[in-house]
Amino acid sequence: MSQLFPLSVAVPLLVAAGLLAFRPLLRGKRQVRGLVAVAASVSAAVMLLVLTLRTGAGSAYWFAGFHPSGGVAIGIDFTAGPLNAGLACLGAVLMTASLIFAWRYFTQVGTYFHVLMLTFLAGMTGFCLAGDVFDLFVWFELMGVSAYALTAYRPEERGPIQGGLNFAITNSVGAYLSLTGIAMIYGRTGALNMAQISRYVATHPTSGLVVIGFLLIITGLLVKAAIVPFHFWLADAHAVAPTPVCVLFSGVMVELGLYGIARMYWSVFGAALGHRAAISHVFLALGVLTAVVGALYCFRERHVKRLLAFSTISHAGMFLVGFALLTPLGLAGAALAVLAHGFVKGALFLGAGIVLHRLHSVNETYLHGRGKHLRLTGVMFTLAALGLADLPPFGTFLGKGWITDSADAVAGGPWLAAVFCACSVLTAGAVLRVAGGVFYGFGDPPGEDTRMAAEANEEKGESESGRQRTPLTMLVPTGVLVLLGLASGVAALLPRCAAAFESAAARFQDQQAYASLVLGGAHPASPVPLYPQVPADVTAASVITALCSVAGAILLALTALYWRRLPVLRKGYEPGTGLREVIESFQSGVINDYITWLVTGVAALGGILALIIR
Amino acid sequence: MQVFPFLVVAWIVIVGLYGLITSRDLIHQIVCLIVVQSSTYVLLLGVGYVTGGVAPYFYDIGRRALAVDPVVQALALTDVVVEAAVTALLLSLAVQAHKRFGTLDPHDLAEFKG
Repeated sequence: MSQLFPLSVAVPLLVAAGLLAFRPLLRGKRQVRGLVAVAASVSAAVMLLVLTLRTGAGSAYWFAGFHPSGGVAIGIDFTAGPLNAGLACLGAVLMTASLIFAWRYFTQVGTYFHVLMLTFLAGMTGFCLAGDVFDLFVWFELMGVSAYALTAYRPEERGPIQGGLNFAITNSVGAYLSLTGIAMIYGRTGALNMAQISRYVATHPTSGLVVIGFLLIITGLLVKAAIVPFHFWLADAHAVAPTPVCVLFSGVMVELGLYGIARMYWSVFGAALGHRAAISHVFLALGVLTAVVGALYCFRERHVKRLLAFSTISHAGMFLVGFALLTPLGLAGAALAVLAHGFVKGALFLGAGIVLHRLHSVNETYLHGRGKHLRLTGVMFTLAALGLADLPPFGTFLGKGWITDSADAVAGGPWLAAVFCACSVLTAGAVLRVAGGVFYGFGDPPGEDTRMAAEANEEKGESESGRQRTPLTMLVPTGVLVLLGLASGVAALLPRCAAAFESAAARFQDQQAYASLVLGGAHPASPVPLYPQVPADVTAASVITALCSVAGAILLALTALYWRRLPVLRKGYEPGTGLREVIESFQSGVINDYITWLVTGVAALGGILALIIR
Repeated sequence: MQVFPFLVVAWIVIVGLYGLITSRDLIHQIVCLIVVQSSTYVLLLGVGYVTGGVAPYFYDIGRRALAVDPVVQALALTDVVVEAAVTALLLSLAVQAHKRFGTLDPHDLAEFKG
């Protein structure tokens, strides 16, 4: 059992190294390379699933047997609980799906693709399991470097280079600020192990240095999690990365950033920062801002991959809200929503990949009505879009329902449920608009737009051309992901499963339990909960909210498709004209602007935290 | 613990970020990124420095000798490796960008975003 900790990281890394080492032998044997990569990814998924299910109370593994002595960590550890091992497992499952999808996807796929995918997987798994802040940074960078290279995987085209550069530079600046924070915390506490740092900062008076260290460490994670105003890189990178890679970027990489923030707060700095309502409010505000901005940008987008990317930003904001409530139910809801969103968004990206493969474009305007013969893809895409709209029993419905239930109990905010509903309507409405227009030809044929027509022809080289049928290797993973999205919701309807989610979340939030799990020592058997426990149920309010957002999304999609027929809008109105330049100037694509936003964001967040803590 | 190294760190970060924000050349921008990262080396070594400490080879200096912190040196070394990987990748992308677009100005490159 304990051997699974190192193996879940070592297997992908060793297979990646092996694929590179035997490259001359494997030249031209594309099937063999694909099979080996899929096998490695499946085995990682199985190992992580076992870890998820078997480490109910959490479990720590010390490399080379260097156990802590007298409460001081000497070695390096991996820790696993249901939440972090489960997130890593989600990554491995999505990786398997996208590797199978990629089987027939690329015109020519080099060994490097599989190698980079496997190192990416190892980076994600290591990031989830790391129990040490410096290792967290190293895994973060391994994941990052693989992701930058994968984004620019087709450097013969124009977009990927630009998107890859933006992604790499913005994320690197964030990562180096994180490292600065780690070094400051090490200077103050003399520890790198999370549990040991948490014991030190909890028992010493909180100094400004600790707060600055916390802020700097989460900066890199906020950039990864695409929280406004650190989010600009995401749309540029997602729009140009190969579609199978986008599945991982949206489905799990962004969520890893959020996991990192939650881990830093709950396992390390929470007690020192005092679980203040004010801190909760800061993160709530960030989450709501991100959810709204992402949803608005999502709706006005016509490039399908970019549209899905903005919907990911919006959802990242909602997940941050779930975490920022600081309640077990909120965190459990965020965990379930992340799981279901990963499956659903993965299926949507794979559907977009099939469209790109068959129709050589991801431009909604160009594609209008051209996807009618892709019936199965259309059905799966529409189902996944409804999943994004929180259709019961998709897991997204219950996850968001738990978050809003918890918001009712704590912040007393029915307005949060309204924000969630509005954002779901906007993002899912946009995706349903795409589905209706592309696969069913609903709505009026769009007017000619020269800029769009120019963009429509850009994405040709990514995929094989001239195929008359969609390969099964593309349809099956898409369908399986939709079913998993459904299954996650159905499973969470069971009271036992819901209770397991909530108790896992409560344990994740128990800082003392984490410290004594890792370092040993006494731990009060049942700590006083910070917040009254709200049972994870299916409440009437959440069902109503979900049905409202489904109905709203369908209505909005139909309005968007048929708006030319509405008397009010018929003349003088073109969506997004007047303000287009202002709105697009934010998403300028210039690295300098993105770094300016990043610095401004850090400064603003630091100022607010300083005001709160003093 | 001296204050001076930490002032140097703050200065290097600010200079690097200023360069990243104002630069009109991709290669220059990547160098500025390296400058930002270099600040972490100084910070790590500054954190681990012990006045009067010797190099931490406990083989021949005695177990109780005053030595500088060996952990930060390991961290700085790992940091160098990370930087080498990131910089190599970024520079290769810059070469590709120049080949494709004939320009290295980030403002011009933004025209080519996907």
